[in-house]
Amino acid sequence: MSSVSESLPPPTTATGPVAWVRDKLFSSPLNTVLTLLSVWLLLMTLPPLVEWGLINAHFTAATSAECRASPGACWAFIGQKYRFILFGIYPYDEQWRPLLAAIILTSLIVVSCMRRFWKPRLVGIWAVGLTLVGILMWGGVFGLTYVENTNWGGLPLTLILATFGVAFAFPLGVLLALGRRSRMPAIKTICVVYIELIRGVPLISLLFMSSVMLPLFLPEGFTIDKLLRAQIAIIMFAAAYIAEVVRGGLQAIPKGQYEGADSLGLSYWQKMGLVILPQALKIVIPPMVSLFIAVFKDTSLVVIIGIFDLMNATKTSLVDPAWRGFSIEAYLFISAIYFVFCYSMSKYSQQLEKQLATGHKR
Amino acid sequence: MAAPIIELQQVNKWYGEFHVLKNINLSVARGERIVICGPSGSGKSTMIRCINRLEEHQRGHIIVDGTELTNDLKNIEAIRREVGMVFQHFNLFPHLTVLENLTLGPIWVLKKPKAEAEATAMKYLERVRIPEQAKKYPGQLSGGQQQRVAIARSLCMNPKIMLFDEPTSALDPEMVKEVLDVMIQLAEEGGMTMLCVTHEMGFAKAVAHRVIFMDRGEIVEQNKPDEFFANPQNERTKLFLSQILH
Ligand SMILES: Nc1ncnc2c1ncn2[C@@H]1O[C@H](COP(=O)(O)OP(=O)(O)O)[C@@H](O)[C@H]1O
Ligand SMILES: [Mg+2]
Repeated sequence: MSSVSESLPPPTTATGPVAWVRDKLFSSPLNTVLTLLSVWLLLMTLPPLVEWGLINAHFTAATSAECRASPGACWAFIGQKYRFILFGIYPYDEQWRPLLAAIILTSLIVVSCMRRFWKPRLVGIWAVGLTLVGILMWGGVFGLTYVENTNWGGLPLTLILATFGVAFAFPLGVLLALGRRSRMPAIKTICVVYIELIRGVPLISLLFMSSVMLPLFLPEGFTIDKLLRAQIAIIMFAAAYIAEVVRGGLQAIPKGQYEGADSLGLSYWQKMGLVILPQALKIVIPPMVSLFIAVFKDTSLVVIIGIFDLMNATKTSLVDPAWRGFSIEAYLFISAIYFVFCYSMSKYSQQLEKQLATGHKR
Repeated sequence: MAAPIIELQQVNKWYGEFHVLKNINLSVARGERIVICGPSGSGKSTMIRCINRLEEHQRGHIIVDGTELTNDLKNIEAIRREVGMVFQHFNLFPHLTVLENLTLGPIWVLKKPKAEAEATAMKYLERVRIPEQAKKYPGQLSGGQQQRVAIARSLCMNPKIMLFDEPTSALDPEMVKEVLDVMIQLAEEGGMTMLCVTHEMGFAKAVAHRVIFMDRGEIVEQNKPDEFFANPQNERTKLFLSQILH
């Protein structure tokens, strides 16, 4: 043995693939069991999936009979039907219009996600964008043929319902949240009753009510369009949930922040808009984005009142007698579409949280 | 004699059953500097928070710079523009940079142009000796620096009155001096009416015109600092002083 005072070498920190596998996958008996179980599951499921989806699959087929000849997936079905799934019963030759509208809506959302556009002119951009979407979808001007909104469908319709839904529900929800914490009893009561009523009812029944019951209350001869009614139901529904999410954020803001703002002489709206809400909303980004994702997916419930959103268009595409029985392919296809949108939202929220961190939660 | 800038007449306040302020009478002259001390829970914070209406009094009158505090929002906002407040826990806005913290009030309340507000803010940041921190967020500063920013934030509103509620008691000991130095400097410039709740007796001796001792919601004793410390009259004052001066 050498001298006692000799310093110990630093603990070896092995790197490289072998070390990684040992550290991450086999670090404990439980971990080892879980790893083996996962490998077994993958071995059981992946090969048949690949066989079905790729090896035996038909990517092109003129008729469904060709597809049925072998057991693989029939992606040719998607090739046949994607226009219908994406655009519903919108006139076939005019479908570039909803495509463009969908692109504009998506761009609007993407642009709003970028912080350097968080300026007053964003409102202008939205106004222009939504007007364009309206012109494209309805037509009737600039030589575009008029298309009634009962003929709209597919992805653009889903995007419209979700975008308008969130765009209107968000400010409404924030106001409801502020109202619920108001010191004025009348305002507070109205907000509480509204929020609790809406939250106590499933969206489906709101949609039913808006499409079946609302017309009963309206004066004779006065009708609101079916799509608009569904849109209002979605806005009202989302607003109640947004209000509760925002309220959670407001409660997390310490009293000192209100007092700091008050002591400067800021008015109520200045205090809320400049000091409290920016912090409260930042806290609730994760639940808020989950809510937006839920709203985006919940728009598919308009199926039940016969609106041709992405989901309904897909369902309808499946009833074509010539191409019956490919529902797995169809639903995988729209799942992929939903997933792309939802996953992007969730990724974006993670990024935004990081960007907005200002180092005060030490 | 000129009219007092702050006048409390028979002010009473209750939290539920608890009588927190009992018949408070206080008259503060323009430019006067007052230190308020007393045991914890004696109502010191409540009293000065009534002056800018962070708390509502229930009986009596509070008149600030000629305007009586009532439920009238316009009056309250007008008085808050005149009265700066520094809190024990700073209450800076963590989502804004130091500079934005300082310009928020001037831009939105005083309607100053941004450039002018920023110039004023930099002037006050230099006064509190941290101009180099302007672009940082409060969370990146030490407690002492944050409190100096908070003082600068109040000064940017160009107030006639400054209220301090235990500005150094949340600070680590080595940071107390940097904050007190800024406050002493502010006092020595003169002209500012200051009401300061603190147990820093050195500060009281250095700058106060008057020391007020509160206990159980009452003003028990008040005097010039020398007299107050050398010759406390009331038994409660003596007890309190013996406790804090060891
Ligand atoms: N919001 C409140 N509700 C009920 N009691 C309160 C409230 N704020 C303060 N108090 C009570 O009032 C008393 C005086 O408080 P405060 O003015 O903060 O005392 P000090 O600043 O002298 O320590 C304390 O007993 C405290 O518990
Ligand atoms: Mg106190």
